[in-house]
Amino acid sequence: MISRAKAVEGRLARPTTGTRTRSQLLEIWVRLIREKPLGLLGAFIVLTLLGVAIFADAIAPYGYAQTSLTQRFRASSAEHWLGTDQLGRDLLSRIIYGTRVSLTVSLGATALGTLLGTLIGVTSAFFGGRYDLGVQRFVDAWEAIPNLLLLLTIISLLGPGLFNVLAVLGLSFGIQNSRIIRGAALSVKENAYIEAAQAFGGSNLRIMLSHMLPNVAAIIIVVATIGLGNLILVEAALSFLGFGVPPPHPTWGGMLSLQGLSYMYQAPWLAIWPGVALSAAVFGFNMFGDALRDLLDPRLRGGQ
Amino acid sequence: MREYLLKRVLLIVPTLCLVTLLVFLLMHMRSGDVVIQMLEGYAYADTVEALRRELGLDKPLHEQYLAWMSGVLQGDLGRSLWTKEPILVEFARRFPVTLELTLLTIIISVAFGVGVGVLSAVRQETWIDYLGRVVAILALAMPYFWLAILVVVLPAIYWRWTPLWTYVPLSTDAMENLKIMIFPAVVFGASRAGPIMRITRSAMLEVQRQDYIRTAWAKGLSERNVILRHAIKNALIPVVSIIGLQIHFYLGGTVIIESIFRLPGMGSFFFEALIRRDFPVVQSVNLIVATFTLLLNLMVDFSYAYLDPRIRYR
Repeated sequence: MISRAKAVEGRLARPTTGTRTRSQLLEIWVRLIREKPLGLLGAFIVLTLLGVAIFADAIAPYGYAQTSLTQRFRASSAEHWLGTDQLGRDLLSRIIYGTRVSLTVSLGATALGTLLGTLIGVTSAFFGGRYDLGVQRFVDAWEAIPNLLLLLTIISLLGPGLFNVLAVLGLSFGIQNSRIIRGAALSVKENAYIEAAQAFGGSNLRIMLSHMLPNVAAIIIVVATIGLGNLILVEAALSFLGFGVPPPHPTWGGMLSLQGLSYMYQAPWLAIWPGVALSAAVFGFNMFGDALRDLLDPRLRGGQ
Repeated sequence: MREYLLKRVLLIVPTLCLVTLLVFLLMHMRSGDVVIQMLEGYAYADTVEALRRELGLDKPLHEQYLAWMSGVLQGDLGRSLWTKEPILVEFARRFPVTLELTLLTIIISVAFGVGVGVLSAVRQETWIDYLGRVVAILALAMPYFWLAILVVVLPAIYWRWTPLWTYVPLSTDAMENLKIMIFPAVVFGASRAGPIMRITRSAMLEVQRQDYIRTAWAKGLSERNVILRHAIKNALIPVVSIIGLQIHFYLGGTVIIESIFRLPGMGSFFFEALIRRDFPVVQSVNLIVATFTLLLNLMVDFSYAYLDPRIRYR
């Protein structure tokens, strides 16, 4: 009986929700193009970076670890558009491959963190009581320690590496943003349909997944997009200090790092271009995130 | 008012207890492997057992925690493995540097952010506004450590100018000290001014549309009076809250800024200890900085109450 009812519900629900979300998505894109020129520019930068990261092997003129001792500290030329570094490696190629590391870490950490933040936030709001109190005090304690100190401490204990950096950034991002998601989920919980679903005998899991989650989805998307730009910066800061993804993998932060400072006096382009790439990426993600926030949830405007 | 403040102060106690637990557990997450690494890299003791004994790792976990906490409460943070000096002594030497840097940075970012933000809102949709907004967006996107590197490297190449590298304490020579501190503070402050500017602008725009501002204009007050005496105070409330949210950025950033500008503060203390795997120091700095963050946040809450009487009397 129940399964038949579910099947009917599913059949009825699927086409309508399908078309609704599709047209909503389309509408957001149309409004992005019409109303948000900066957001569009951001989206363009983000897409370009994604393309560069995916096709790095095809685009980069040289390998990222291809050294040449005869070509050290060359200024920009036809062979090396952005010049070369202390080992004669092509700076442009390293920046192109650096896109890959930056995006892998920030997208991966955002995905992981959003999942974790949603899990903490929604359950915390749904169950309330002692569980919520305990979780919130833990979040308080976590937030009391400046993020960079905490991340550096954990990574120095775990050891640097792509996976560790990604996991630790994701963990921290999730814990920090769980509060925003919890706030949104709390207000959703007050709605009569949640009570109705409970009265109907819906299991906790079902209520959280099919009634609460879709209603906080907009905020989760906003948190994730705005977090992306920030995570690129944090990853770069960690690499800058030598606690990010270790060499030979090129990272934007690592190229600017303190260890390379003495070379920059000889070759100022080493100090300039990785920073330009970094700023452009953060700018792109910020503008795209801001525009998406305005379009999806205007109430959040002015938060940052 | 008193009740509100008291409640805020009391709330810090459980958070601080949890912070100590969190820091402690983090440091003991992989203590086994870390001890071996410390021994291999820096030979802090003759054998693994000796180092474990020195760090107190041979005792059960809860005893270690209680021993550490009773030390902390008596003002004994242990000794640095590297310098063998009590951590508290080094801390007392370095803390004023970080305090000065942080306060200067906050002052500069607020002065710059609020100034440009107000100007941008008052002259909405003019070139001043557009310029201000572009600067804010750029400040948000440019990482402060990149800005710092540029300030250190480029003038040295093109003008043969470098920031002063030898630190002079504030108590020795205030002018010399300020000459050193001003560059890191301006670089770091400028990068943090972006969000403050944006929030000031939007808050000012909102306040300007309110009735009491129209009344102030109708009374024939000068623009200077309307903006400075009536509008700004209300627009500052969200600004204060954004400063509160940013305090951990200000303090976390000292790790990078102090390392680039070679300032002997808490941030570089932490970073040097991290590189030397001097974990007693890392643990203590985490705790101290967390306490400091909580206290600064408390100050932000107090200034809220000062700025907004509605909070005071609730």
